[in-house]
Amino acid sequence: MSDFAVELRDVVKSFQTPEGGWINAVDHVDMKINNGEFFSLLGSSGCGKTTSLRMMAGFEWPTEGEVFIAGQPQGKKPPFQRPVNTVFQSYALFQHMTVHQNVAFGLEMEKVPSKQITERVGKALEMVKLSGMDKRYPKQLSGGQQQRIALARALVKLPSVLLLDEPLGALDLKLRKEMQLELKSLQREVGITFVFVTHDQEEALTMSDRIAVMSHGKVLQVGPPIEIYERPNCKFVADFIGDTNFFEGVVTGIDDKKVTAHIPLLNSTLVGMNTGGVRLNDKVVISVRPEKIRLTETCVLTYNCFEVNVKSSAYIGSDTRLEVESERQRIKIWEQNHISTLDPRAYHQGEVKAFATILPENALVLPAE
Amino acid sequence: MNPHRRSIFVKTMTFLVYSFLYLPIFVLIIYSFNSSKTNILFEGVISKFGDLQIVDGNVLQSPCGPFHWFCELAKNKEVRSAAGNTLEIAFISTISSTIIGTLAALALSRYNFKLKPFSEMSLYIPIVIPEIVMGIGILTFFSQVFNYLNSLIGLQGDARLGLGLFTVIVSHIAFSVPFVVLVVRARLQGMDQSYEEAAMDLGANELTTFFRVTLPMLLPGVLSGGLMAFTLSLDDFVITFFTNGPGSTTLPIYVFGLLRKIITPQVNALSTIWIMVVFTVVLLLQWLQNRESSHK
Repeated sequence: MSDFAVELRDVVKSFQTPEGGWINAVDHVDMKINNGEFFSLLGSSGCGKTTSLRMMAGFEWPTEGEVFIAGQPQGKKPPFQRPVNTVFQSYALFQHMTVHQNVAFGLEMEKVPSKQITERVGKALEMVKLSGMDKRYPKQLSGGQQQRIALARALVKLPSVLLLDEPLGALDLKLRKEMQLELKSLQREVGITFVFVTHDQEEALTMSDRIAVMSHGKVLQVGPPIEIYERPNCKFVADFIGDTNFFEGVVTGIDDKKVTAHIPLLNSTLVGMNTGGVRLNDKVVISVRPEKIRLTETCVLTYNCFEVNVKSSAYIGSDTRLEVESERQRIKIWEQNHISTLDPRAYHQGEVKAFATILPENALVLPAE
Repeated sequence: MNPHRRSIFVKTMTFLVYSFLYLPIFVLIIYSFNSSKTNILFEGVISKFGDLQIVDGNVLQSPCGPFHWFCELAKNKEVRSAAGNTLEIAFISTISSTIIGTLAALALSRYNFKLKPFSEMSLYIPIVIPEIVMGIGILTFFSQVFNYLNSLIGLQGDARLGLGLFTVIVSHIAFSVPFVVLVVRARLQGMDQSYEEAAMDLGANELTTFFRVTLPMLLPGVLSGGLMAFTLSLDDFVITFFTNGPGSTTLPIYVFGLLRKIITPQVNALSTIWIMVVFTVVLLLQWLQNRESSHK
């Protein structure tokens, strides 16, 4: 068995635009997906995530580079010769076939004896908790049930990799949350590598072992959810995943661990973590998550502490979301409401003055683009 | 103003439109039961069954009763042969044009190839150019090709290639294909390509995918395309007029010939049957399309 379930080696996919020019939907992408991993491709629409998936499935062929599946170069192999199966965003269930016929289709193509087909289809339907639905037609099922049939139809073939193209996109929020957990536990159960395309960061964070964040055809960062959120390697990833504050400035001091930058809008300096890639006098952005800033009556640190005016505050139950201003810098702060009181001052309601403290380990210094 | 109020104007227009559309057909059908032989005046329905009795050119009694002209029609060998030709041409051209048209529609909406814009244009031209131009074109083409072939192979007399059933069928296929393409393509456009991708993803090659997934899902479109080709072929006059030859007279050509002689209620009887056939086909087409839309 190969080390990687799927590997993209310097893959480029160009498409012709209607104006006649060429555009790289996937631009020199290298990607290694481990065996048995739940791997997500995350990005906004047009970032190349679906095209990457379609190249793994064989619906598109790379313009340059090579796709390896289980160590084998795929070249221009058609989809029906690849050991992968796909769950489509639209499910693409065959409307003229029953649930049983849909799930059995792939096994029939493999010329599996009919006795075994019945058995395996039964097991697959049991796995997605839809036993007894086999004589229905797809139209007679709800969106969530259709989704499960699509899953069963792909998994019954026991592919070495399952490709999922935004499979939960059409479901309503509650069902989607349920299916996220179910998909994740199903993946653990069957141990098949899942490659999951989504534009929903929360979905990716919830389900994935590792995430690849893509933008404009390039992979910006690959890592486990914690790393992607806590240590974004560039401004785009910090901005795309979750919510953050950016402080723009110039590096005035640097050592192995820490970077000091002058922030003109704050009219002050800010000390942050050195994540590498910046030098003295570089233009930088310092990213600080809104939930990692502390708002206090007095300063806790002798540096990285700024007097702020609360401009607005929104009490949303678990959190209070504040917009504050220090000098000319706007800052978002999310405070967890961990004490229960009816005193509005505890939630910084109204125009109040306070001090915002940013611990250096919560401030990531990233190169300005 | 109440939007549901029907003004006198709307009512009158509706009445006029329907009158213009259906009154002639209604009159035509009534006349097929006329007791007069001349088809100019309506002299009442033949009411009695019995031995044929004609007085002053009026049929008073007939073995078929009111359906006298239908019986006469059935006895008419020329009509039977024309009807046979018409059906033969319609069936063969419908099947051929449906197959060709479906394949063309698939090629145009699922594949990219060099001459695609040209093929697209050329397919739709027969829909817009006047039928008479196409008729003359096809006639010129056939006579040129047949002349060349006859002299090349050295065919003499009756053995020479000429206009006949074959040329009519070919020309009917030629003008039906674009309509089939139009209908099937509309259906294909509404059919997400992911169904075919899913089939291939599950291990079906192109051919299996076509027969197991694409064709069954496309079937309503293919059938309505075929029915359209059938009705087009059934009542085509202009192109058939140019391309028919001895022994390939179709019903429209035959009726046109009759009109220049005497118009007997036989023509009306024939038209009545014809209207019923076309009407049934149209109803079938409607039903198919309704079923298709309710399935979505």
